[in-house]
Amino acid sequence: MKEPIEKTGFVFSRESLKKRFRLSEFLAEKIITGVAFLSITIIVLIFFFVFKESLPIFASTKKDAAKIENVQQQEQYGGDTNVATNALGQEQYGLEPSGPVNASGQEQYGVIEADSLMMDHQVMVEDNRDHGSEKATVKSLLGKKWLPVSDNPRYGLIPLFVGTLKITLIAMLFAAPIAILAALFSAAFAPYWLREIIKPAIELLAGFPSVVIGFFALMVMASFFQDIFGYDGRLNAFVGGVAMALAAIPIIFTITEDALTAVPRTYTEASLALGASRWQTALFVTLPAATPGIFAAILLGIGRVFGETMIALMATGNAALTSVNPFESVRTLAATIGAEMAEVVFGDTHYNVLFLIGSLLFIFTFSLNALAEFYVKGKLVKRFQGKQS
Amino acid sequence: MRRQNAITGGLFIGLTAFSAILIIAVIIILLVVIINGGKGTFSWEFLTAFPEDGMMKGGIFPAIYGTVLLVLIMSIAAVPFGAITAVYLTEYARENSIIAQSIRFAVRTLATVPSIIFGLFGLGFFIKFVGTGMDDVFLGGQLKWGQPNILWASFTMALLTLPVVIVSVEEAIRAVPRELREASLALGATKWETIKRIVIPGSRSGIMTGTILAVSRGAGEVAPILFTGAAYYLATLPTSLSDQFMNLGYHIYIMATQSANVDESLSIQFATTMVLLLLTFTLNLAAVIIRSRLRRKAR
Repeated sequence: MKEPIEKTGFVFSRESLKKRFRLSEFLAEKIITGVAFLSITIIVLIFFFVFKESLPIFASTKKDAAKIENVQQQEQYGGDTNVATNALGQEQYGLEPSGPVNASGQEQYGVIEADSLMMDHQVMVEDNRDHGSEKATVKSLLGKKWLPVSDNPRYGLIPLFVGTLKITLIAMLFAAPIAILAALFSAAFAPYWLREIIKPAIELLAGFPSVVIGFFALMVMASFFQDIFGYDGRLNAFVGGVAMALAAIPIIFTITEDALTAVPRTYTEASLALGASRWQTALFVTLPAATPGIFAAILLGIGRVFGETMIALMATGNAALTSVNPFESVRTLAATIGAEMAEVVFGDTHYNVLFLIGSLLFIFTFSLNALAEFYVKGKLVKRFQGKQS
Repeated sequence: MRRQNAITGGLFIGLTAFSAILIIAVIIILLVVIINGGKGTFSWEFLTAFPEDGMMKGGIFPAIYGTVLLVLIMSIAAVPFGAITAVYLTEYARENSIIAQSIRFAVRTLATVPSIIFGLFGLGFFIKFVGTGMDDVFLGGQLKWGQPNILWASFTMALLTLPVVIVSVEEAIRAVPRELREASLALGATKWETIKRIVIPGSRSGIMTGTILAVSRGAGEVAPILFTGAAYYLATLPTSLSDQFMNLGYHIYIMATQSANVDESLSIQFATTMVLLLLTFTLNLAAVIIRSRLRRKAR
């Protein structure tokens, strides 16, 4: 037959040139590929598990909606007494211990005066739990009061959103101009040796733990700003915002710098050849050409500030107020999770609401990141290939 | 006209320079203030002694021990997975395939997820799902793993630091010259042998940078461990993976915001912050130096 001749005779047949199957190769490739999918898996798992824990809110909404409406109507009468304790309740929040009860059984309460008050609240909450009056509904989530630990708990997210937006705005007002101008300096004007100092220094700032920045804001910046502006509350949105700017500056700087240096040399050379000076080229050619990158940098900076927990916990005062005054205390979404999660009862409505806040934060930062990524990729590539004016 | 232009230009360049100097100045002020406040209390005893008098005196040894243990377990979990993902992205995946792009997107997303979300995930997944599941299956419902402990905290931190490792290792692998790989393949080595013998040893410094950066990040983050394992005060050091632990960053946070007498322990707080700052600072500086050397070599 033909077969034996072909196998022994022709070395370079199609068969013999085929890659030989090796088990170790096969396994290595499959395992490595499998592990590489881990990051995607983690993202999916994060979304699934964080969202899963917040689901009971929506599940209970339909069933109990009518009943809860009634209960809440009735409890409007009790509302006044609540308002009276509000001020105390809120202040107590900032100082409230969030540390988990220790294994050694030693209980830590930060502020003794707030202690008895806390106990009262706890007892009342226990009482009310039986009546099911603390179920959060979608409607009550849009309320203007965040009072999770009171006799009539309310989970209005509005003050938390307002607080987070306010602090993000303050932080970006400081961080964005400073970081972008510094990046322009580093990319366009600074001599080589100076650039080699500025860039690593800002990389080091990125490595500062946020708890250290928070501590610095709490101990040093808060007093410093109080001396300058002379407001009452030491800790407020302004102090928190400036501290968060410190956390956002490295991100904005690095990405803007990359975008600026990625602008093709031909652009700047053409501009210089036409007689523009160096600063005119930087301001009117390089900077506009890098706009998509700068936009992405700002988006990622916003994402960082939005989700920053430790600085918010330490430097903002943590009272859930709805006001536009930058010198008043605020409570951000992330700080709320950080401060309250350690104390809630698992499976409780409060627990579910905190996970809901987590899901919202996750969705928000995820969209910001996706927007930054795709917008920049699309725009930058098009622009530098000359397909766009 | 020209003169006016020159003045505007000078002002503009001055403004950009001022911004850069401002950032550097703030970094220096922060370092100086923290070190100034902490150096009085800082001593060898401070590093090696247990806290006394409800944190008002004594040292921070348990917090240092807990932090070191945390980053150790975290690195064991994060570095292999991060390095393997980087190998896949550089050696196996086609550059613009959908799979490679989605993995890259996932890694970048992971890097931008707020750290508090990792804490929530650690609580919902590791403690409530995996931990409670393990208790039900192996211990018959006895509570051991279904509560905050150092293992779950380390794993949570590992997820957070995974992108750091991936990015550094990837950069290092790309710096391994193509010719070395081709020579290895031409001598008859298979792809996996080439990766094992040429690519990974060649990118050792990158793996080291990645590990250092991950450790520095993990040592400084507090939000992910707030409710996955950190404790305010423990009389004994953690001895098993199911124990809670003390942590430098968490220690600072609690002392600064919830201590009964903030002013009295102020010097200890500054000293603790100084220790954490210097630790992360040194690690980052080492990473920056190694990386800049690597980049110079790649050029």
